[in-house]
Amino acid sequence: MIQDGQKRSLALHVSVPALLLILLFVLPEYHQLTVARIMILAVFALGYNVLFGYTGLLSLGHAMFFACGLYAAGLPVYHLGWSVPSAFLFATVVSALASAVIGAIALRTHAVAFMIVTLMFSQVAYLATFYFSNYTNGDDGLVLPQHARSFEVWGRHVDLTDPAVRYLIALALLTASILFVHQVVKSGIGREWVAVRENETRTKMLGYNTFLIKFKAMVVSGTLSGTAGAAYGLLFAYVGSTFASIQYSIDALLFTLLGGAGTVLGPVLGSFIMFYLIDLFSSYTNAYLLATGVVLILLIVYFPSGVLGTLRKKWLRWLP
Amino acid sequence: MDPGPFLLLASLEGLVQAAVLSLSALGLCLVFGVMRVVNVAHGEFYMLGAVIAWSVGHGLSGHPLAGFLAALVAAPLMTGLVAFTADQMILRKINHNPESTIVATIGMLYVIQQSVLIVFGPDARSMEPPFYFHIDFPWFGYSGYKMSVILMTMVLLLAVWYVISQTRLGLIMRATRIDREMAQVFGISTGWVYGIVFAAGASLAALGAVLVAPIRQVHYLMGLDPLLMSFIVVIIGGLGSMRGALLAALIIGMSDGIVSMLFSPTLAKMISTMLVALVLIFKPEGIFGHRKP
Repeated sequence: MIQDGQKRSLALHVSVPALLLILLFVLPEYHQLTVARIMILAVFALGYNVLFGYTGLLSLGHAMFFACGLYAAGLPVYHLGWSVPSAFLFATVVSALASAVIGAIALRTHAVAFMIVTLMFSQVAYLATFYFSNYTNGDDGLVLPQHARSFEVWGRHVDLTDPAVRYLIALALLTASILFVHQVVKSGIGREWVAVRENETRTKMLGYNTFLIKFKAMVVSGTLSGTAGAAYGLLFAYVGSTFASIQYSIDALLFTLLGGAGTVLGPVLGSFIMFYLIDLFSSYTNAYLLATGVVLILLIVYFPSGVLGTLRKKWLRWLP
Repeated sequence: MDPGPFLLLASLEGLVQAAVLSLSALGLCLVFGVMRVVNVAHGEFYMLGAVIAWSVGHGLSGHPLAGFLAALVAAPLMTGLVAFTADQMILRKINHNPESTIVATIGMLYVIQQSVLIVFGPDARSMEPPFYFHIDFPWFGYSGYKMSVILMTMVLLLAVWYVISQTRLGLIMRATRIDREMAQVFGISTGWVYGIVFAAGASLAALGAVLVAPIRQVHYLMGLDPLLMSFIVVIIGGLGSMRGALLAALIIGMSDGIVSMLFSPTLAKMISTMLVALVLIFKPEGIFGHRKP
């Protein structure tokens, strides 16, 4: 039975990227770019979900990690003329370091205070993008130069101005992230995360170092978010302060909640639904963020497990 | 200007900042203390207070003082009513669970902010001060209204203290805070008390906003800054401690005012936030907070 469930779940998690691959050939160019954008945001939400959904830590500062990856990739490309792959790798390492440092400080607090502290740090990061606007150009941001629109890898020329190429890269990143999260949450460390979420005191009494468990979750989560940020900046050739604003932290929370916190595919599904919902709403009114608010309230009052969480409770017990 | 008078001016600005901040932080603190929840929409209640103040002042065509006094009554009442309704309709349904409440109040943040955007529009508007006079120092003249903000805040804080420590309502609030179930056993309808406390917290933010509306611009996005500042104050003062919140409001408000004038507002905000980090590293429960048993 367990074996059966594992097979089914792996099949499901492979079929989602496969489906997205087929979509590439069906979609018109405009939607290809939109879906590529959503897939990167979904990686961000996947990272958020590791902390919120699996470890039970509510952070309101994940935009900071996203922006950290964004700037760590974008600034060297813009100012130092780095190539795209090296900037991407650099940004991943920087995000891992940043999440380790911030995790070590923020995890000294619990529950509500943790939320406030992550929010504060994120706000400092946001203000920093303005304070150093000599380098970052603040709100207006930087458009990455021409040399960063293509790169050579293994003797092949990759042209980032081609929507299909961007789509494929985003899809590759999403697939890797889904499989990574899927494997990690099934492993021992994933079970430790869930143990902390369900009952931290008991986990502690059983002899686990809960700080270390949470710290690992923070680093994994922050690094995934930062990777998403780096990919976003490099694929769409733009870095700006907006991405560090509180809005983006809340989006990650919203995507995760909507799709189902603590399910692997939940954040992916949530990103797609919410992105198109807001798109639809913004064609009627400029107060489209109203949709965000209404959905958040409805979700938390009537539908706290999200789409996949509810499905899992009712029918699909094997869903990871 | 010489450094001495300049510092005096900066301190006065800081005091004004601290006064308004203490009101809104006290509201946040009251809600956390009694209900054990964080209200992320707190800044939007502040914004709502300022918008109502502007509308009342704009609607009454007489002397600005009349409009201001009317706003001083109307803004907290109306904001309180909105908060009470939101509490009963939303937060009560999720049993004031701390995490769910954070998410729900984020939702409220957007609903209030975007509704104001639809009704009030995206423009920043300024409100006329209720009176003009200058207090002349030997080196510079200072707005009498700003001075009166400091005085009015003191009066309001005294009133809050009186209500909480000397009245029956305050007694009920304190009882609910100390032991919710025991309060229920004594026939207190805690659901109703929660609604009142949530409304009172929002009203305090709105009051602060009315005082500040004639000095600053009224805008639908003005709520984020006071929210973050109140968070800083509440953390530094110790979650739920009112004494701590007041002292922290004074420290943060003053330092913010002074650093803003001497250097830049962005740097001031970054410094306050770093202060939070330091407090958390060395004293996670805040200056006046109590460690959980």
